[in-house]
Amino acid sequence: MGFFKKLKESISTKTAEATNKFKEGLTKTRDSFIGKVEDLMLRHKKIDEEFYEELEEILIAADVGVHTVLELIDELRDEVKTKKLTDAVELKPILSEKIVDLLKDDKQSNKLNIESGRLNVILFVGVNGVGKTTTIGKLANKLKNEGNKVMLAAGDTFRAGAIEQLEVWGERVGVDVVKHQAGSDPAAVIYDAIQSAKSKDVDVLICDTAGRLHNKVNLMQELNKIFRVIQREVPNAPHEVLLVLDATTGQNALQQAKLFKETANISGIVLTKLDGTAKGGIVIAIRHELDVPVKFVGLGEKIDDLQEFDPNQFVNAIFAQGFLDEETE
Amino acid sequence: MAFEGLAGRLQETFNKLRKKGKVTEEDVNQTMREVRLALLEADVNFKVVKDFIARVKERAVGQEVLKSLTPGQQVIKVVNEELTELMGGKQSKLEMAPKPPTIILMVGLQGAGKTTHAGKLAKYLLKQNKKPLLIAADVYRPAAIKQLQVLGEQLNVPVFSMGNEVSPVDIVQKGLEYAKQEHRDVVLIDTAGRLHIDETLMNELIQIRDVANPTETLLVVDAMTGQDAVNVAKSFNETLGLTGIILTKLDGDTRGGAAISVKAVTGCPIKFVGMGEKLDLLEPFHPDRMASRILGMGDVLTLIEKAQANIDAQKAKELEQKIRKAELTFDDFLAQLEQLKKMGPLDEVLGMLPGMNKAKGLKDLKVDDKQLTRVEAIIKSMTKEEKLHPEILNASRRRRIAKGSGTTIQDVNRLIKQFEDMKKMMKQLTGMTKKGKGRKGKGLFKFPFM
Repeated sequence: MGFFKKLKESISTKTAEATNKFKEGLTKTRDSFIGKVEDLMLRHKKIDEEFYEELEEILIAADVGVHTVLELIDELRDEVKTKKLTDAVELKPILSEKIVDLLKDDKQSNKLNIESGRLNVILFVGVNGVGKTTTIGKLANKLKNEGNKVMLAAGDTFRAGAIEQLEVWGERVGVDVVKHQAGSDPAAVIYDAIQSAKSKDVDVLICDTAGRLHNKVNLMQELNKIFRVIQREVPNAPHEVLLVLDATTGQNALQQAKLFKETANISGIVLTKLDGTAKGGIVIAIRHELDVPVKFVGLGEKIDDLQEFDPNQFVNAIFAQGFLDEETE
Repeated sequence: MAFEGLAGRLQETFNKLRKKGKVTEEDVNQTMREVRLALLEADVNFKVVKDFIARVKERAVGQEVLKSLTPGQQVIKVVNEELTELMGGKQSKLEMAPKPPTIILMVGLQGAGKTTHAGKLAKYLLKQNKKPLLIAADVYRPAAIKQLQVLGEQLNVPVFSMGNEVSPVDIVQKGLEYAKQEHRDVVLIDTAGRLHIDETLMNELIQIRDVANPTETLLVVDAMTGQDAVNVAKSFNETLGLTGIILTKLDGDTRGGAAISVKAVTGCPIKFVGMGEKLDLLEPFHPDRMASRILGMGDVLTLIEKAQANIDAQKAKELEQKIRKAELTFDDFLAQLEQLKKMGPLDEVLGMLPGMNKAKGLKDLKVDDKQLTRVEAIIKSMTKEEKLHPEILNASRRRRIAKGSGTTIQDVNRLIKQFEDMKKMMKQLTGMTKKGKGRKGKGLFKFPFM
């Protein structure tokens, strides 16, 4: 059972504060998930069909995709057969390890691709109401505090009040906002922002875009135009295209990620609103089924509630807490 | 198209069943397993799925189905009925207070679409000759008040606001006084988005409710919400006592299981669905029609209603005459296109036709409304003479039309060919007697722009 010890060591180097933020934000998730799994294992002494079915339901209720769950359960069945397990409690570490495997991906970094000495362009995309503008405000604050000169581009020219919302964030954080009038061409706003950023020696330009449903062909084409303008104006840009996903979203999140990847070649995901009761299990499905890393998670409404995503911490907060305590006893 | 995925899955399953003359219990079990997966993939809450499957199984395995002549059909009927029941049975309308003003409180999580739907509801009420007032009680999100004000301006509906430094409870209180002074008969209160587990903010909502004493407390829910939809609806209902649900962003490709779950778990009916970002894209929710749509039976009723609302009866009659005589001209064609455009985005209109979900190749078809514009341009580049007598369109005329409409000769040729096909089809149609419905699908629903 040395697995959780290793996990614990790997996170002990992280600041305690960040870990606490994670735990705090994910309390609801942990309570419901761990509680249910433990309860299930206590009730079912034996591993039988009913046990599998209930486990399947718990995982599905956490929004872990149906396919991912079915695969996971099949793997568990195999494991039980080869190891000749009969006791439900014995399955606990195996289950956790499998979920960690699904979440971890050593190849990809979840750090932002930002280098000094060049203009870094970050493009934000996503469906309506996921928290793009708010996340931009939080990220601008973070990057500014790290010593970057940051500029925002108000590329959401469609939704009423969107430009004003970004301006409020600009004031709060203390960074410039480039804007046009409502209803104007977003690609033109982005173009102007890039020129302005170049002349003012800005380090990071963060571009907001209007929320759009991924199945609207014309809106996705508009986004693609913005993407092309950035590509043309700055070499190797956009350096990051971040898809903002609402953690309460169910299976549709996968579809969103897929289509936004086709149109704007997303390089990372920001998972917002993880401080509700949403289980965030969709993260597991996203890591499993799409090759896009989660870079940030939003754990609250405050300006510093944007955290870098760390799979180890995440797993620790969701799954391992209860088990860890037992082991260290 | 909403529910497309679920409809596809279920149809596949049912098609297998339909071919069977005799249905065994094992067949029913097999089907139910697939129905269960399809529903789970559609984000229907797992508890709801469990109950649903149990109920359908009981009825399907019972006398009712196995002994009937068409057991396959019978199972589909049972699933359809139960699905309708699950989503609330009948359509549920907006309640109006016996003595005005009617007060409608909009609540929900962040980003569900409360402000936009407050605007849409205002527009809906305007159409019914009401005099709505919008109250801007979201003092937390930056520029939320501005957003509501912009919507109010677009609709020409007054917006009551006191800035974002006043408590929302006070704003609502003053707003209601203002509504009475100005004799507004419906008041829409837009509140800030909040998590259902945020006690402070939920308490604030209770205070607002106590001050406002609303006729309707509507929870705005994103149709893309996963399993958590049920928790959200449940908490809001327990805290505030909801009267209804508005399901938003249903124009996405989400399978929309949330719709099926919320009603079942909270007992609150879905009153409206949001079908797009524009302010007139708000529709009443019809559980029975939605169930038919899920099962791929088509939503013909909505289509007919839309057509009735948008199509000029006189013109339609004239067209009918022409079709009977098979003397269709490009002018009629253009008029027809314009009528069609009024009915809304094409992919939605097509989605309502029976068999459209099933038709091969149609599933991934993207109907581009721009295609319509191109067709329009081509026709408008024709002379009067050409429109009336398409047969005179020779190569040189076609070249000119292509240039004039900014299209290619191939585009023009294609349109003319399709127009001729359509004429032929109409001849056949008018010659067709009641030989039974015969071949449905392909030929009948061929549109010239597909």
